[in-house]
Parts: sequence; structure tokens; C-alpha cells
Amino acid sequence: MALKHETPLLDELEKGAFPSFVKEIKRAAETAENPDFAQDLLGQLELSYKEKVTHWKHGGIVGVRGYGAGVIGRYSDVPDRFPGVAHFHTIRVNMPAGFFYTTEALKTICDIWDKYGSGLTNMHGSTGDIILLGTKTENLEAAFAHLSSRGWDLGGSGSAVRTPSCCVGPARCEWACYDTLEATYQTTMRFQDELHRPMFPYKFKFKFAGCPVDCIASIARADMSVIGTWKGNIQINQDEVRNYASSGLDIQKEVVDLCPTECMTWDGNELKINDEDCNRCMHCLARMPKALKPGQERGATILLGSKAPIVTGALMSWVIVPFMKMEPPYEEFFELVERIWEFWDEHGKNRERIGELIERMGFPVFLREVGLEPHPAMVKEPRRDPFYFWTEEDIEK
Amino acid sequence: MDKEELKKVIYEMVEKSMGKKKLKQSDILKKVSAEHGVDKSEVKAALKELLDSGQLIFTYFGGSYIEIPPKEQP
Repeated sequence: MALKHETPLLDELEKGAFPSFVKEIKRAAETAENPDFAQDLLGQLELSYKEKVTHWKHGGIVGVRGYGAGVIGRYSDVPDRFPGVAHFHTIRVNMPAGFFYTTEALKTICDIWDKYGSGLTNMHGSTGDIILLGTKTENLEAAFAHLSSRGWDLGGSGSAVRTPSCCVGPARCEWACYDTLEATYQTTMRFQDELHRPMFPYKFKFKFAGCPVDCIASIARADMSVIGTWKGNIQINQDEVRNYASSGLDIQKEVVDLCPTECMTWDGNELKINDEDCNRCMHCLARMPKALKPGQERGATILLGSKAPIVTGALMSWVIVPFMKMEPPYEEFFELVERIWEFWDEHGKNRERIGELIERMGFPVFLREVGLEPHPAMVKEPRRDPFYFWTEEDIEK
Repeated sequence: MDKEELKKVIYEMVEKSMGKKKLKQSDILKKVSAEHGVDKSEVKAALKELLDSGQLIFTYFGGSYIEIPPKEQP
């Protein structure tokens, strides 16, 4: 099928070395089962590039019956010119923990989307969900029923818990200090109501990182960041350290001198680490993975409050529990989450994220109301000083 | 207060606020619970039935709200 609209500005985006979303939309316009979506999407997008203004209206309907989340309503403000995208709703599908699929599962999703939608997908956008782009209001219930019958469910959107996501964890990574996949799955199942029925002042995101490398950037993107860590000493295999040295690695220059807390020494034969000063930067473990491993007592640090700059500026997560064992049935973790939500529910303003609420009311108030004891390890930002100031009454004389 | 009465109270509250103020779920839970001395979990259960039956719907305008569906919707 030939393209309906001329797109000279979009065509520029097909040039160069990188993959182009324009190329993929054009392919859908020519080959999809429902090509009108992609055909008119190209036309409307070209108009937006020309006029430097969006032609999408956002909001209104948000879900299939009983659900308040998982569908993002999107309408064209020029439907007469581009009827194929008069409705162009997004369906968010809850992805599997760690993004592991079978080929059959992916084919099933694509077949369903070819039938009910544009055929265009965004696998794992910033939310992490499987994003199915572009369908009509009348197709929503049928698409949902079909997805549901194949074992898929909708993800979170709006003022709800967003679909929890995680790194690949112990499935593929030796540094994982807890099972991020299991924690993600159990959190998703525990908070189904909060995921599908928006009940909060604003969105709430969980991200589970297996170690302090934080591959999923949870510290900057999740209201609640659960980052794997350990207690005690880094495990050192001195023979392997010497092997690295004999195979050409300059341990002094490339490992010891780059330690941000200067807690390591190397005498040419033995590596020593003053673990009390280690701030879990992970550089040495990443540089010598055969020689160094995280300590044996493993768990996670729980942090709260990061967000991207939507209503107000960006925030980083703040340590609220320096160390927690993250093991099934996760009751300690879930109880903490529920206490935090009660605090947020009681004091949060409309569209105020938990991090903003804490900034507004103060961290000491938050700790008191949620029932957490202040601790020097509750650092405000990664590898910074603690912030807490005790009052006169707090100090035992 | 039984569940049917509670559902009526919630529906009327949403109906009264239409065009004036959009209500979030937490607004409804807090207000009904305070005004009628009912536990929030009971209000939540009644609200869930109203949403499941389609008498009320979630809408999104920068945040999520609970409203009566427009008449043209089936």
C-alpha cells in the first residue's frame, strides 16, 4: 500500500546510522492489518514537525471496565484531516519480571495487536511496560479480553502503582544480592488493587535493582528504589587478584587509585580493603569480577522519593532503610510500603509525589509518622552525608 | 450502613461534585468515612462494586479521578 501523506521532514529522520522509528511506522503503513493508523500517524506527525506543536489530546477515558489504569487515552485534535488516528489509545501491558519472554509469547502479543490496533509497539518504554500504541475506543474491551485470555494483564498508569520493574537479577547476574525477579513478581501480585485502581495522590513506582550498580537507574526513577547490597566484607580471592595483575591489569592505577573512598591498598602481592569505608561504588568488583564478590550477608537498601521533573523538579531517592533482608514472603517490606502509603494518603496533595511530600513536610516528620528510627546511614543522596538533626528532647542525657 | 446504602451515598457524592470538583478515590474514602462513621475499607469495597458495574468510571486529567460515565458511552 502506497503512503497517503508526503513526509519530507520525517524522511530526514530515516537518514544516518541509527534505527529510525519513522522507518518502522512507514513499514506498518504499508503492511499492517490495519494500515490506516500508521498512515495517518505519519501525516499528523509531519504536521506536528512542520507546525512545531503537538496535535494529540491526552486523557479522558483510562481503562477497560473495572480498571482505572492500563489504557492511556489519546485523541487527535485534527481528526477530520487524519481520521485513522482520531483515537490512538495506548494499552500498557504488564511485562514479565526482567523482560524474559518466549518467542511464542511475543508472537501472541503481536498477533493480538495486529488484530485490534496499529501493529506498532514500544517494547519497554521508560515505564518498563509493553506499550501497544494506537487503537480505537471500541477495540479496547476486545483487545483486553484477548490479552487476558492468553495470560496477560494490564500495567499501571495514572495515579496508581506503576508496573513494578527490575534488573535481570540472579537470572543473569552474579552480583545480584537478592532475587529481584521474585520480589518484582510478589510485589505485583500483592498490590494488584493499587496497580489497577488509581487511589493515590499521584503515581508510585517500584524498581528493584540487584546490586549497587543499579542497572535500571532506580535511584533516579523510582519512588521506591530497592537496591541490593551486603553487610560485611567484600569477598577477595587473592590468587585471582594476582592473576589479573600478571595478565596486565595495573591494579594500583586502574583499581586502587580509582576507589572513591581510598579504602584499598595493593602491595604487588595482596589486595586489602578497609570495608568500613567502602561506599559500594562497585568499581573494583566490576574491574575484577573473578577476584572480588559482594559480601556473604546480602539484602537491600530501601530508598524513597526519586522522580523525573514533571510537576516540580527532579529528585533522587533518599535512604530510608539501610539494610533489609529481601526474602519471601517480604512481609517486612510490604508493611513498610503500606505505612508509607498511609502517610502519603493522609498528607499528600493532588499530584504530589511521595518525595515532594517529604521535602514539604520534612524528613523527621516522615520518619516519625512512618515509625522508622533515624540512622546515620539514611543518606539523602548517593554517597553523601546524613541529614538528620536530633532535637534536644531526642538526646538522652 | 449496608453496602447498598453506602453505594448510594458515594454515587450521590460524585454526582453532586460533577462540574465543580473532580474527586479522587482518596477524597471519597476520607469524606464518606468521616461523615458516616464507616471504615475506609467498607467504603472502598462499595466503590469497587460501583466501578466494576460501570456506574462510575475512572478518568484521567493529569491525575486519576472518579466520575459518572458520559451518557453517550454504552
